[in-house]
Amino acid sequence: MSDTPKTITPSFAMVRTLGLVSVICGIIIVGVYQITLPAVNANKKLALERQVFKVLPNAKKVVTYYATPTGIVIAEGQDQPPAQAMVFYAVYDNSNKLAGIAAEASSAGYADQVRVLYAYDIAKQAITGIGVVSMRETPGIGDKILTDEDFLRNFTALDVRLSADMQALANAVKTVKHGTKTNPWQIDAIAGATVTSKAVGRGINESAQTLIPRLLPHLEKLTGVTP
Amino acid sequence: MSVPSNFDEFLDGIWKQNPIFVMVLGMCPTLAVTVSAVNSISMGLATTFVLAASCLLVSILRSAIPKQVRIASYIVIIATFVTVVDYAIQAISLDLYEALGAYIKLIVANCILLGRAEAHAAKNPPLPATLNAFGMGLGFTLGLLAIGSVREVLGAGKLFGLSLFGPHFQPWVVMVLPPGGFFVLAAWLIVFAAFRHINIKRNTQLGGVQS
Repeated sequence: MSDTPKTITPSFAMVRTLGLVSVICGIIIVGVYQITLPAVNANKKLALERQVFKVLPNAKKVVTYYATPTGIVIAEGQDQPPAQAMVFYAVYDNSNKLAGIAAEASSAGYADQVRVLYAYDIAKQAITGIGVVSMRETPGIGDKILTDEDFLRNFTALDVRLSADMQALANAVKTVKHGTKTNPWQIDAIAGATVTSKAVGRGINESAQTLIPRLLPHLEKLTGVTP
Repeated sequence: MSVPSNFDEFLDGIWKQNPIFVMVLGMCPTLAVTVSAVNSISMGLATTFVLAASCLLVSILRSAIPKQVRIASYIVIIATFVTVVDYAIQAISLDLYEALGAYIKLIVANCILLGRAEAHAAKNPPLPATLNAFGMGLGFTLGLLAIGSVREVLGAGKLFGLSLFGPHFQPWVVMVLPPGGFFVLAAWLIVFAAFRHINIKRNTQLGGVQS
């Protein structure tokens, strides 16, 4: 055994060091957060507009709203979304006329959540386009939902009319086996990518079942807005 | 033992102690994000920044950090620079941020970082510590790029997003799926092992001739 006495570090020195390291690191993190915040927010806005413009090509301006069970409110100026709020985007064209509604739908796919943005045409009461926000589906199989023309044709006029009591969709959106579509509210699945196709259908159905009954009774609030 | 020059410190990680092909460290991002060359370079550069910055700070504070709390201190420092990189990538490109996903945050758990802080930066002055970390980071980036390029070319027929073989190319999809990461990593490890074997053989022969 060695006779050399071990140097004992006082507890104060350890606490002081950890405190010093934490202060330096805290300053770095807060500083970088403040510096990058405007660029991050601008990027998020740009990404959202890019997605919305893809599904609603006439769009010029996008206004974010919350749909709650009691009504709809503009998101801007709200610190926190109201309880049970659902986000949707009112989209206006060049002449500030309401061009359509865009909203996000999400459901579990083969590998992860499949998140899509869909365009809702108020006059047609139909979904007229979809764009993928994010997915991690198998390349070459599940990601055909981005490119398969037959699949994308399902969303030129996917029927999402409300029932007479305006509490739910008249017919639930449903994904059916490839080649068996008979109704305008059905989605013809991609052969070999049924799980991902079903995720898209399920997500749109869940989102539309909640959003459209909340939205339609308050439509005048959207058409009256000058963004 | 001779003290290595700053240049040797820098080159160490790029070739002799390459984190991927020699030390086989940081396999989680190596296998997960190398589906394309752009993802590989981005992840490599993000890791390089975190490595260099955290080793610089660890080296500056090395005499002030008691050994009992060194690991906690290193982890806090590494996590700080990972957070910095996380914000920076969000500010540069949200598409890239989505593509790299959780693996940016997981840089904090990359064993190359704690390994460098503990084994090198804590024992060396700031300049050699930073150069060594920078070299390691570049070595890691080159390793990721070597894997990512092969996977993108074979699995998607592209390189840096540019189509190489035209519309009739049938992609070898498994290469951009998780098994492809293992296949390509294994192939590169075989190539590096063969290099080392040839070098050792040549040196032995030279030694024999000289004696």
